Amino acid sequence: MSAITTALDRRNFLKTSLAGATGLIVGFYLPGRREVLAAEATPAVLNAFVHISPENVVTILIGKSEMGQGVITSLSMLAAEELECDWKKIQFEFAPAATVYFDPAFHMQGTGGSQTIHSGWVPMRQAGATAREMLIAAAAQKWGVDASECHAENGDVVHTGSNRRLTYGSLAEAAAKIPPPTDVKLKDPSQFKVIGKPIKRLDTADKVNGKAGFGIDARRPGMLHAAVLRCPVFGGKVASFDATKAKTMPGVKDVIQISTGIAVVADNTWNAMQARNAVEVKWDEGPTAAMSTDSIWKMYAAATETPGVVAKKVGDTDSAMSSAAQKVEAVYQAPFAAHCTMEPMNCTADVREDRVDIWAPTQFQTPAQGIAAHIAGVKPEQSFVHTTYLGGGFGRRGWSDFVTDACETSKAMKAPVQVTWSREDDMQHDYYRPASYVKLAAGLDANGNPVAYTARVACDSINNWFFPGSVKNGMDESSVEGLSDMPYDVPNILVDYKMTTPGIPTGFWRSVGASQNGFFEESFADELAAAAKKDPYEYRKALLSKQPRHLGVLNLAAEKAGWGKPLPKGVFRGIAVVEAFDTYVAEVAEISIGKDGTVKVHRVVCALDCGQVVNPHIVEQQAIGGIVFGLTQTLKDEITIDKGRVVQANFDSYDMLRMNEMPKVEVYIVPSTEVPRGMGEPAVPPVAPAVCNAIFAATGKRIRKIPVKPEDLT
Amino acid sequence: MAIHFTLNGKPKTVDVVPAMPLLWVLRDTLNMTGTKFGCGRALCGACTVHINGEATRSCITPISSVAGKQVTTIEGLSPDRSHPVQRAWMEFDVPQCGYCQSGQIMQAASLLAKTPNPTNAQIDDSMSGNICRCGTYQQIREAIHRAARLGGAPAQSGGAALELEPSTETVMTGGAE
Repeated sequence: MSAITTALDRRNFLKTSLAGATGLIVGFYLPGRREVLAAEATPAVLNAFVHISPENVVTILIGKSEMGQGVITSLSMLAAEELECDWKKIQFEFAPAATVYFDPAFHMQGTGGSQTIHSGWVPMRQAGATAREMLIAAAAQKWGVDASECHAENGDVVHTGSNRRLTYGSLAEAAAKIPPPTDVKLKDPSQFKVIGKPIKRLDTADKVNGKAGFGIDARRPGMLHAAVLRCPVFGGKVASFDATKAKTMPGVKDVIQISTGIAVVADNTWNAMQARNAVEVKWDEGPTAAMSTDSIWKMYAAATETPGVVAKKVGDTDSAMSSAAQKVEAVYQAPFAAHCTMEPMNCTADVREDRVDIWAPTQFQTPAQGIAAHIAGVKPEQSFVHTTYLGGGFGRRGWSDFVTDACETSKAMKAPVQVTWSREDDMQHDYYRPASYVKLAAGLDANGNPVAYTARVACDSINNWFFPGSVKNGMDESSVEGLSDMPYDVPNILVDYKMTTPGIPTGFWRSVGASQNGFFEESFADELAAAAKKDPYEYRKALLSKQPRHLGVLNLAAEKAGWGKPLPKGVFRGIAVVEAFDTYVAEVAEISIGKDGTVKVHRVVCALDCGQVVNPHIVEQQAIGGIVFGLTQTLKDEITIDKGRVVQANFDSYDMLRMNEMPKVEVYIVPSTEVPRGMGEPAVPPVAPAVCNAIFAATGKRIRKIPVKPEDLT
Repeated sequence: MAIHFTLNGKPKTVDVVPAMPLLWVLRDTLNMTGTKFGCGRALCGACTVHINGEATRSCITPISSVAGKQVTTIEGLSPDRSHPVQRAWMEFDVPQCGYCQSGQIMQAASLLAKTPNPTNAQIDDSMSGNICRCGTYQQIREAIHRAARLGGAPAQSGGAALELEPSTETVMTGGAE
């Protein structure tokens, strides 16, 4: 954490933000379709997002990270919609780190919070429209006509009267010199030709032949490979180490201490990892060594005995609860969960006297740039971030610990160094989805309708791990989201939070707070329906009359799933609806339970409302992928702690959902003209409650702690 | 120790530690980075290559055991993405992050070589060693069935369309009742 705490604070983002604003676009990979299109000449820079080469190739600069969620394609579609270019001649490049690519939601360059399509919606279309108007102006100048007599069409500017045409490529250089207009008008949705179409991804071709360059694939002249030995206990430090034996092993160049542990540097990754096993270290394990899963749960349970910081208060829950006809109470738990990106953490750095270059699968370019500059001792504008493809992100790559590893090692070795984490490193040194413990209570009136609703949450604060000291008043919204904005119509609500810090690093994990709070809230809603002796779909529906978008997806999912209709013998349904990042998702799961207690999920029906849809194909991919992620959370994900260490190490002790467990998934989209919202995360939260509510329908047993295990059901 | 083998149809000689896994020889010694490191213990399938035609986890295969054998990696599956599995993957736009897909494609190619028309159960048996954290299993299953149908069909029939025929259904709904 040391480098993060020194280099990564909000003030430094501003200092580092200058870098790369005029930087060369020199990705070491040229992902996209350059091999096909073979653009040779220097493209003209129409703006930060649109470059056009004399050969008529349009390059869209992607200031976001592509980790599978399809942003290369969807952002390019937004620009192309207004640019009126030939989609077949579009290619993309990952942008350098620069202020122009900052996400307004984060005040830095980064990808997360299902934010990309929302924050890119206007700027990317404006970039396309501005470039188009500059190309039209350049053609009008050339022809000596008024720009109003010209229009753009499929990569050409056309003089409408004479039908003369010039390609964008031939106009690009002149267009780049024209002052950009500041008042471009964007299309009305009825005019969309690209937006809303199921256009195939621009990155698929590179992902079927091994060509796509991930961070781990970076290769630099003279590059060394390193593995870092970290203290198994979180927060522990090196007391002393002996590398005598390791230094004699094949290919080893050196063994050095860095802030994150002991870096073993060799001629290849295998030799580095083998020699790492031979390093003898005495660790100063620190206070977290006293922590175990049991002690953490006790700590959380104790925390919920007294009131916390109020996240939401409506009415008077005390008096409403005391006059209720019926009271329902429950404790729910969700464990720490690891990200398990298929590409383990890695970074390649080349630290020199006057600059630093990093090739990084990072979600957050601005902090990565600042940390690299800080370690290299150069100015932020001398720190160059080459964003690669990311082999999964899910929030893990918002952290820059792998950047620290590579930069410190490269600096010490005076050579380019690639640091690669093993799967064990990755699983045991994550920033986990926080384990969470919540006490829920509701008072129901004589008709079974809730009159009071309380939730007390104990878990660690993600934001306090990301910006140490940033959570001043004990309130982290991400810890309570999904509960504090519970959608049901209840007149008296109290949600409070006990920030509880056992020393296990926590981080943003696909759908963040909603990943656990969606499970708690929607399982408890099912408990209330059962207590009211009402159908769980009808009960929700009645309490969502003021929430049209929740209701829209709930009704659609129920209809498509055939809610209420007979199922094959032994198959049962559960339903859940959760809003996350302003996207609304309802899911119906169909399950059966084997004699050994194994839950089999047969079918998941998903209905979603993410506002205006940019690419329904990618929306569907993300919904299905989110459901798989949610099924893994429901049935498998559980990181446990013993003596301050993570017990699980690889996919044998921490498995993922696999092909033989894949249910049939159906995705239905509610059409909407609302501003677009993201789909990277919001399909995750409803999965666990939908499955566990189906388990209740099957067995009468309420699952209040995930993952659900066979022994819970036998 | 010099070890000789055939890589994507061409003779190769490497001089490395005999215990070094084929994965790292490919990636670090030969700079063939299409084959991916995922777990190092044959638990995830990201490193799958063909050795004498058999799908094999290269992360636990010592290079010494590869001597004299034929190794095919994702780079050698076809020169131009024309293998039926690659064409089906393009047609269905399968990959998301893409990291596991080299292994998925090599595993699927091996399955289809032995079982030209696999059932869902045969797909489960063959593909369940390959993890996809992005969750592309449903699309992989569909693409394997498609690749089976493509078989030896001409290469240009797949993957050329710019738009996908989505399975998503867009439904008008009234929202609040």
